Order: sequence, then structure tokens, then C-alpha cells
Amino acid sequence: MRNTDVVVCDPKPLRFWQRFYLVEVLKGLGVTLRHFLGNLFGRKYTVTVEWPEVKREYSDRLRGRHVLLTREDGSPRCVACYMCETACPADCIHIEAEEDPTSTVEWEKRPKVFNIDLLRCVFCGLCVDACPKEAIIMTRHHEMAFTGREEAVATIDTLLQKGPIDRIDLGYRPYYGRESRPITLPIPVRVEPAPKAPRPDLAATP
Amino acid sequence: MSMSQEKLESFRRAFPPSRGVEEIPGQDIPTFQVERELLPELARRLKDDPDFDFKMLSDVCGVDWPERQARFDVVYHLYSLTHNHRLRLKVPVSEQDAVVPSVYGVWRAADWFEREVFDMFGVRFSGHPNLKRILCHPSFQGHALRKDYDPGQRWLLREGEQDEPSWAREVQEDEDHFETQVLNLGPSHPATHGTLRTVVRLDGEVITRAECEIGYLHRCFEKMSERHTWNQIIPYTDRLNYCSAMMNGVGYALAVEKLLGVEAPPRAQVIRVILSELSRIMDHIVCIGANLNDVGAMTPFLYVYQAREEIYSLLEACAGGRLTISYVRVGGLANDVPEGFEEAVRYLLRRIPPLVDDMERLITENRIFRQRTEGIGKLSAAEAVDWGWTGPCLRASGVPYDVRKTNPYLGYETYDFKVPIATTGDTYARYLVRVEEIRQSLKIVEQALKRLAPGPIITDNHHVALPPKEKVYTEMEALIWHFKLIMEGMKVPKGEVYGFTEGANGELGFYTISDGGGSPYRLHCRPPCFAVFQAYPHMLEGHMIADSIAILGSLNIIAGELDR
Ligand code: SF4
Ligand code: SF4
Repeated sequence: MRNTDVVVCDPKPLRFWQRFYLVEVLKGLGVTLRHFLGNLFGRKYTVTVEWPEVKREYSDRLRGRHVLLTREDGSPRCVACYMCETACPADCIHIEAEEDPTSTVEWEKRPKVFNIDLLRCVFCGLCVDACPKEAIIMTRHHEMAFTGREEAVATIDTLLQKGPIDRIDLGYRPYYGRESRPITLPIPVRVEPAPKAPRPDLAATP
Repeated sequence: MSMSQEKLESFRRAFPPSRGVEEIPGQDIPTFQVERELLPELARRLKDDPDFDFKMLSDVCGVDWPERQARFDVVYHLYSLTHNHRLRLKVPVSEQDAVVPSVYGVWRAADWFEREVFDMFGVRFSGHPNLKRILCHPSFQGHALRKDYDPGQRWLLREGEQDEPSWAREVQEDEDHFETQVLNLGPSHPATHGTLRTVVRLDGEVITRAECEIGYLHRCFEKMSERHTWNQIIPYTDRLNYCSAMMNGVGYALAVEKLLGVEAPPRAQVIRVILSELSRIMDHIVCIGANLNDVGAMTPFLYVYQAREEIYSLLEACAGGRLTISYVRVGGLANDVPEGFEEAVRYLLRRIPPLVDDMERLITENRIFRQRTEGIGKLSAAEAVDWGWTGPCLRASGVPYDVRKTNPYLGYETYDFKVPIATTGDTYARYLVRVEEIRQSLKIVEQALKRLAPGPIITDNHHVALPPKEKVYTEMEALIWHFKLIMEGMKVPKGEVYGFTEGANGELGFYTISDGGGSPYRLHCRPPCFAVFQAYPHMLEGHMIADSIAILGSLNIIAGELDR
């Protein structure tokens, strides 16, 4: 390696005034005070948000909870081809196929069982990449809490799309033909509307 | 870079085939198979002969070939800083007589690496001072990386069976030293940032002896790799050094691409550089911030973390995840960066320097911080090389080794940046080097941004990359490729490479062997902080207990990478 590629950053000896404790303390206080005032009048430096009242926006690629899309008639788009199950590095998808009575030339199977163990899932999105039918995609829903392991296994009933597609908080999905939302930094935040009535369990506590 | 022809020739002359040294041709770096009896002499010569000058042992690992008579290979990767050349040695041993002479006496770097081979393959190293399991606990049965080991087995570690240093009991019986006591630092200590355990023997407040126990986060990444397809491993690499997940993915993908002979398109390469350097900044921010926090300076930690938060937002917008991003694919990237990417990076370039400046104003010339860190955890250049140190820690000891300069990848040779070094080799120097590296990385990002031109982001080789989705939906041929890649994995030609990149902690190596199948035959990760951390117990001797925390923070030990 040439010497010109190197920059030596050795410690510099302390200068005369740096040896006096007080001067340095005041200079340091100047920095912290600037941050303090900047945050007090305008949140200049803050990146924290008062979750859950305030939420930060995520991009529309966020890999959250999965959803199984449906065709126009409400049947699952999934043709039980097992590609997502094979692609999953965490082995957390379990599919059982059955004959689809409404089958056409395009498909002949449909999933009888479609389970995703959300505790095993690492939310890597490989299943979305693997799906040839755009049947499995991800939403931006990521605040999940369960009270037991069984509850954490999402079944076909909970995974299946409900309502029209524009009602889904779409996240990671194959990109083509659509514009993805541009990124802006700093990330915008949105204030959630305050809950109408206080939660009963909270209200009950004195 | 491989050895020059004349050096190779003089190596062949010194160790002809008649002495049991056999050359394996056609490798990425010169490779020789060596009889184990010859190993000590050979190692000594390779290190001390100025013609070869292999002062650094970068990696030792094992490979299992169950159908071979000599079932195990112990593979050594050597590096010479002065000549910038590399060498690979393979020492075959049979299962019945799996003993290899230890090279700990030649390179101290062999210490933990040999223990790992012993742990994973059951190969013993004669003459090793402390040969015991390192990543698995003492009650573990069998050797996990042997091909016939069933990964479904579970071994329970019971109370009272944990690993104890042999000297830990001695002192308690010694009544003359009532000042002496043995203390556990960790595994769940607020300053260990991960689960690491250090047993120290104290004389008053001075540490007289120390030993580390690691492996609490061990999940056998290497075994899991053998059971997954090449692209399925990407999410696993995210979890190595999770503070800079992007760089692990890039390092792994580059190793596999080397084996495949494909290259990512220019746009993907530039994006890889930008996000890698931003990840490096993040990693240094975590290291410096945590180090400062541990020695009692909380404020700068919070300032610089603002930058980290914004970088995470950018990564999330590109990849869909913040910490474990899984953005890289072999041959390119998972998808293109979103609109507004360039503006966002420019925003970061404006945003990060003032925050780093503020941190520097508070810390760099701060008398208290300097007194806590100067002269603490000092390691000379020669010692650091001997321990196999790389990255910022090695550079703080005065050795300007940076893979981005010595063996450029992703076009790093075309970027204008400098490698920061310091000569004192103490905790303060490591801080200074990291701060300067943040500034140099920003310079690289700025230049890379200018080169970002439209184009494809993944190779169009359908043996490697999934075809574009719109084709999969409409064309039969694309669907078949898609199906084959998902169900069987890409087929990587038979062969082996050692791919190495400059991770945030130093040389991050992926020694990859393919047997032509859909998953690696063997994937060994050379984690930089593994080599760094093995020197830690030796550095502690003679220091105060409070210093051990300052030193630990400055080494940037990431348990996910250390334990794999
Ligand atoms: S996101 Fe990843 S881990 Fe989760 S189900 Fe899909 S492929 Fe499996
Ligand atoms: S890859 Fe798609 S179509 Fe195939 S089983 Fe999975 S969700 Fe269904």
C-alpha cells in the first residue's frame, strides 16, 4: 500500500487551556445546551417518537405480517405449489394441498392448510420472492403480540385477504408496474387519534 | 493477490514433493497439501523467511470428507502484510488418528481457531496450551460440523457443568492471598453488550489472570448453511455482525460470485458500496457510542445514534427491514432502491458530520476520557498481527492493512479515500481511528453517489438470479427457471474460494467449498472479532477491573459474529 493512502491520527498533546478543567466543561456545556435548546424549540435533533401515540412512517417495502391475496371471486390466489415453503429459510410455512373443484387450465390445486409460524418466521421476504402467482405478500403490520405459541401460528383464515386490496396496509411485494413510494428523510411521523374512551382495565385502576 | 512466480518457485524448492508437500493446482490462492509431521517446520519457515514473511495466520478451519481415507482436512489461510500475498495449507488427517501439531507456538492467532476445529470436528492439536471446546458447552456430545452429525439432537447443559478455567479453583485454597479472588464478568453484564463471560482473578483491584468463555450465541451458522440453498443463506449472514448486516451479505455474495464467475451489474455494485459504507459508519457509531457509554459518557452516545437511526430508515426503505435487511442476493440485489434514494443519501451526508463533530467536541480532547483510555489495552503492531487482528483495531496499532486497499473489490480501487492508522495501539487510538474512518466512509459514499447510473440491479444469468417477476407471470421459460432456482437452488460449480472483504471489524472471510450442488458443501466464516477477542484475556493482565470494560468496548465484540 502506498503511504499516501494512509492518514495518521495519533493523539495530539493537550494544549495549555485544555488542561484547565473549567474551560473544557464550559465548552462541553455549550454543545449540550445547543442540543437542549434545539430540541426544546423545534425538535431539531430528536429522532425518537412518543410511541404509541405517535408513530413513524415506514416505507411500503416493510416486511411485516403476511397476507394471502384472493382472486376477484374471493378464492385464494395460492395454487399450493409449495415454492414458498421450499424457499423459506426458517422452515415456518406448512401447506397441505387439495384438489380445487373450480380448477381451470391455469391451476388445479388450492391450499387446504396454510400455516405460518410467526414465531419462527424471520420476516426475510423470500417467500414473497418465490411465489409465482403473487399470492403471498407482506403487509406493514408489525406490532404483533401473542399470549401463546399456538396463537402465533397464522392459519389460512387469518392470512386470507379480507376486503378490497386498497384497504390492506401493503408492505413488501414484488415490484412491477407500480410506483413505490419515494423515501424522504427524516422519516415523517403521524399522530394516532387518541382512543375515544379510556380502556376499562386502565380506568378501573385508581 | 497470489504469490509471485519466483516466490512460489522458491517455496517449491524448499519443500519439494519428496518431503510430503503436494501442490493443488488451479486454486484461487496457491494451495499446498502438507504432511502433518512437516507442519511445525514449514510454519516456522513461512513466518520467519523474509521471502515469504507470512506474519499473519488469518484463519484455521476444518473440512470433513467422510468417504476419504484421511477424513479431515485442517485448512490454514496465511497472509503476508509486506508482500501482500496469501497461501493456503491443507493438512489431511484420518479419523482414528486425528492429531495435528499445534501452530500456536508460531502464530498465537491459532489459539481459538484450533479450539474451534477441535470443537467442531474432534481433531486434536498436540501442544496446544488450552485445548477444550470453545463454541459448544462442555456437556455437548459429538462434533457438530462432521457430516454424520444429526443437527436435530439437543444437549442439555446442567447446573454445575459449565466451563471453568483450570486456575479458578486453585486460588481459593491458597490462604496467603486473602486479597485474591475470582470474579465473573458476564455473561449478562451491562457492559458486555452480548453474552460473553470473562473469568478474572483479582489481586485487590488488579487483574492477574483472565479467561473468556464464549459461545452463548452459537447457533452453528456453518452447519445451517450446509442445509440451505445458496440464496437462503443470505438471511443467516445478516445475523453475523448484526450492527452492519449489509456488509456480511456483500462479503458472502462476493465469495459465491467468485466461485460462480459472475459479477453484479455496475449499479448494484455502487449501491452495495454506498450501503456498505453507511453500515460501516453505523457499526463504528455503535462501537464508539457503547464504549463511551460504558466509561460513563452517555451524551455523545445519544447524539451519534441519531445518525444511526436515519441510516436504518434508509435501509428499511431499500430492503424492507431495519436490522436484518436481507437485501443482497448472489449476483446483485433483491430490488432496486426506491425513488428519492439519492436525495436521502445526500441528506445523510449533511446530517452525519455535524453529529460526529459534536461528539468529537465533547470527547476527543476530553481530559477525563483520555486519562481513562490512553495507555490502556495497549498492543504493539507485532503482537496485533500475531494474534490475527484486522480492521480498525489492527490499524490503531499502526498496521495499515485494509482489504479495500490491498485486495480491492466492488471497485474500491477507484475511490479516493485514506486508511486511518494510529501508532499508540491503545483504547484511545482505537477511538480515533474509528472516528476518522467514519469521515473517510462519508467521502466514499459521496463519490459513489455521483456514479449511480440507471441500469439493472441483478445479473440476468438465469442460472443464478430469479427472472423478473413480470416474466415469471407470463412466460413459460422464465417460470421454469424460477421453479428450478427455488426448488433446487442455483448450481455452483465445484471448487473452493476464500472470499474476503473489509467488514466493520476487519477481514471478514468466507471460505466456501461447493461440490456442484444446490447448497454449499462447506461454508466457513472467518469472523474478524473472533481473532480480536482471543487476545482480550491476555491484554487484561495487569489492568484494573474498570479498564477491562473500557478495553472491551473498544474492541467491538459482536456476539452474533463471534459465536456464529
Ligand atoms: S418471511 Fe422468510 S421466514 Fe417468514 S415465512 Fe417468508 S420465507 Fe419464511
Ligand atoms: S408460492 Fe405462492 S402459490 Fe405457491 S404455495 Fe406459496 S403462496 Fe401458494
